[in-house]
Amino acid sequence: MSLLELKDTTLKFGGVTAVDNLSFSVEEGEVFAIVGPNGAGKSTVFNLISRFYTPIAGSSIVFDGHDLLKSKASEVAAFGVARTFQNIELFDQATVLENLLVGRHRHRGTNFVSELFFTPSVRKQEIQNRHFVEEIIDFLDLQAYREKRIAGLPYGVRKVVEVARALATDPKLLLLDEPASGLSVEETTDMRWWIDDIRRQMGITVLMVEHDMGLVSGVSDRVLAMADGAKLALGTPQEVQSDPAVIEAYLGHVA
Amino acid sequence: MRIVFKTDYMQDIRSWKDTYQLMLYLILLAVVIAAPVLIDDFYLGELTNVLIWALAGMGLMVLTGHTGQASLGHAAFLAFGCYANIILMEQGVPFMVAFPVAGLLTGLVGVIIAIPALRLHGIYLAIATLAMSILTDDIIVLTEPWTGGVSGKYAPPVNVFGFDIDRWGTPKEFYYLVLGVVVIVTLGYINLMRAPLGRSFIAVRDSEVSAQAMGVDIARTKAMSFGLSCAVTGLAGALMGLFAGAFNNETFSVIISIELLMMIVIGGLGSIHGAFLGAIVIGFLPQFLSISKEWVSALFGGADVAIPGMEFGVFGLILILFILFEPMGIYGRWLKIRTFFELFPFYRKDMFKRQKSYLKTERLR
Repeated sequence: MSLLELKDTTLKFGGVTAVDNLSFSVEEGEVFAIVGPNGAGKSTVFNLISRFYTPIAGSSIVFDGHDLLKSKASEVAAFGVARTFQNIELFDQATVLENLLVGRHRHRGTNFVSELFFTPSVRKQEIQNRHFVEEIIDFLDLQAYREKRIAGLPYGVRKVVEVARALATDPKLLLLDEPASGLSVEETTDMRWWIDDIRRQMGITVLMVEHDMGLVSGVSDRVLAMADGAKLALGTPQEVQSDPAVIEAYLGHVA
Repeated sequence: MRIVFKTDYMQDIRSWKDTYQLMLYLILLAVVIAAPVLIDDFYLGELTNVLIWALAGMGLMVLTGHTGQASLGHAAFLAFGCYANIILMEQGVPFMVAFPVAGLLTGLVGVIIAIPALRLHGIYLAIATLAMSILTDDIIVLTEPWTGGVSGKYAPPVNVFGFDIDRWGTPKEFYYLVLGVVVIVTLGYINLMRAPLGRSFIAVRDSEVSAQAMGVDIARTKAMSFGLSCAVTGLAGALMGLFAGAFNNETFSVIISIELLMMIVIGGLGSIHGAFLGAIVIGFLPQFLSISKEWVSALFGGADVAIPGMEFGVFGLILILFILFEPMGIYGRWLKIRTFFELFPFYRKDMFKRQKSYLKTERLR
């Protein structure tokens, strides 16, 4: 059974069909990329999976046996789906460490009263959380920024912190929304190795939206090309890149 | 330059950074405990007032400073806590029970108010809660059989562990009562802010979208924040009623709400210190103004002129100056001064500069 399965999913904003009868599935352990021109509906697919948007009736999004359409946005994380955002959505006035610790929120086993008195069980959980977070800090080389507030960090570091925060939730599926946008060539190369390591070492399935075809063909097993909310082509990076429909969507008709 | 060398996660989890910092707070605690011996009853009363305001400030700080929900309605919760406490006591409930119950009831009212308020953001929430503040006056008049309406109520002496405590008769004991409540609430507040709930408040403040993606239930977190905020404010209101001795429908006016919000902005949004520093400014400023007014009129030999509205004029001016020049409040200014000396001579002017977030979009709201 696939880890994530979208079936006949359609989303309309008024008269605009943002996602048009889209079906695809992501297998466990693969890196799956979605590509397409601007406005193709790639990020909208992410927002559907995160349950920020609700598709029309008849759509189906199933993750790991859970029907996501029956869940609230805040419950999706509990199933093991973590994500980053295209336009970095970090907690700006908090430190990197605090940001990552928020990522541990879905594993919160304490309640309001025990936290009010900071009982030994809360202390134990905090140490465990910190331990988990420190491993991710080591993994993504964020040691130098641990105590820094997000508001003063450079863009490239913020991108990495967002990936770190998503990893802190200990997910099964990681949604990366344009992980390389705005990064330098060197930073993009780092990101490429990290995505590879996330899949190989941590065993996390990755679903990403990305424009940088170098990164996409470098790390992904399968690629879905979208245009105007619908599926254009699905296959290996090479197959999709040479698909006539994809070339037409990007470059227009051959005269 | 003082460097804290960290070798254990507990150093970040416990509520003090190092022994030096712990000593400073213990000295502060010793000073406030010794205050009744050190200063006379008039200034002790003023200090009590500052502590009550700090308590109310902490109440609002949870909601506005840490969860990012501006409220101009907290005078209503002060009033609710005050009346709930006195009405319970009049029914024969001892103070030791009536006081926490008044806080709890105010917290419940806060949660109920939070449910419709959850859909409102920023300035719209402030307007909605402002309306609540204005309604309070009328509600107190309309529910005259319980509240005494325009003629108001008097606060009886209260009994704590066998001591009869009265603000005028036994100001020292009353001071210790207030101090005890403030210390307990502050410790609870510190604990929450280093636990998952406190972090989820900050997450909701800084980005609701990604808080949701991390599994934080926005509605529940906001309701929790409202509830906690109102419960603490209710406790402050109950103490305020006892401190004033007598109160009616006009005691908890909308002006009090505005002063509270001003207080935490001046003190520094998003820090517990800010609530206390703001309370010191708001609490001592009227005294300071009247003393300096006497001094000025003595200097120029003129008669003692009353300038109507001068107090609010000065408050407003201070608020404007803070928002223009030090949006992080007194506590923010203190952090800068401390960092300057800790890093001397490496402090840079833009170290605390707020950066615009990159292309932050609100489209998902």
